[in-house]
Amino acid sequence: MADIPATAASRAAIEDPLRIAGRELRSRLLLGTGGFPSLELLAEAIALSGSELVTVALRRVQAGGPGGLIDVLDAAGVQLLPNTAGCHTARDAVLTARLSREAFQTDWIKLEVIGDEDTLLPDAPELLRAAEELVGDGFVVLPYTTDDPVLARRLADVGCAAVMPLGSPIGSGMGIRNTYNISLIREAVDVPVVLDAGIGTASDAALAMELGCDAVMAASAISRAQDPAAMALAMRRAVEAGRLARGAGRIPRRRYATASTSDEGLAELT
Amino acid sequence: MTILLNGRTCELPAPGTPAGALAELGLDPGARGVAVAVDGEVVPRAEWESLALSEGARVEVLTAMQGG
Repeated sequence: MADIPATAASRAAIEDPLRIAGRELRSRLLLGTGGFPSLELLAEAIALSGSELVTVALRRVQAGGPGGLIDVLDAAGVQLLPNTAGCHTARDAVLTARLSREAFQTDWIKLEVIGDEDTLLPDAPELLRAAEELVGDGFVVLPYTTDDPVLARRLADVGCAAVMPLGSPIGSGMGIRNTYNISLIREAVDVPVVLDAGIGTASDAALAMELGCDAVMAASAISRAQDPAAMALAMRRAVEAGRLARGAGRIPRRRYATASTSDEGLAELT
Repeated sequence: MTILLNGRTCELPAPGTPAGALAELGLDPGARGVAVAVDGEVVPRAEWESLALSEGARVEVLTAMQGG
């Protein structure tokens, strides 16, 4: 970050690591691996995103054995964050988490329990039930949740290591539909808040950080962009810019103009 | 013996084990990033060679895919 003046505030904003369950991450951008057209593009995007925590899903082995995904992620040196994508009940999600722990030797799980096929919105009661069970089973649980501050607090209360509220439905690219709720969630919980789902472009990621989120997760916004590698870099810079802006303290919004140039010494020309 | 392997009917030489099911899919028991469930229960890697599958067992062999 040689291009940033080394004031104490800017150093703190950039260098203060994200802490989840005792682990320190320098990058505040989590990357989803879904939707990349090739493993080569995925590898390039990981490198440019700077992400250290990358999701994977668990699916049936296809004929011909496992692909090279694990090798690519190993080579990138990232930590795996298995998810329970596609699960619709607490029971399925808990079983998928346990299978992921067997497969990837990690206690970390991005918990998703889907309640609606069209919107892929979380099923709140099932999500909370699964979270409680997995925390009790020793998992580091990062739940994908709605932007409901009360549910976020309940998830934190049962021991989730972070909460991951959606900005808008998965893959919709609609950005953050309820900025007010996201800032309420930031106030409601002491665990990290990771804005998950709905990010469409870099400004959405910056906004999430400006609202006080501790990190941003992006998948489709990067993998389905016309140039995924360039978008990965854009997201990285946006997350850093948003965090800096949050720390810098934005000016309040006003209804009318406030001149930035003083009238003092204004010439009388006519 | 007949099992249901990843949703497909499959013949395994008796006595069938998860390791035998893996072999059907071209995997060896040392395969990385793989998990096995039998009849909805996780089977730890340590039991892949020893667990005796019952006739008609539902065996799921799972691995990492892009997602999330």
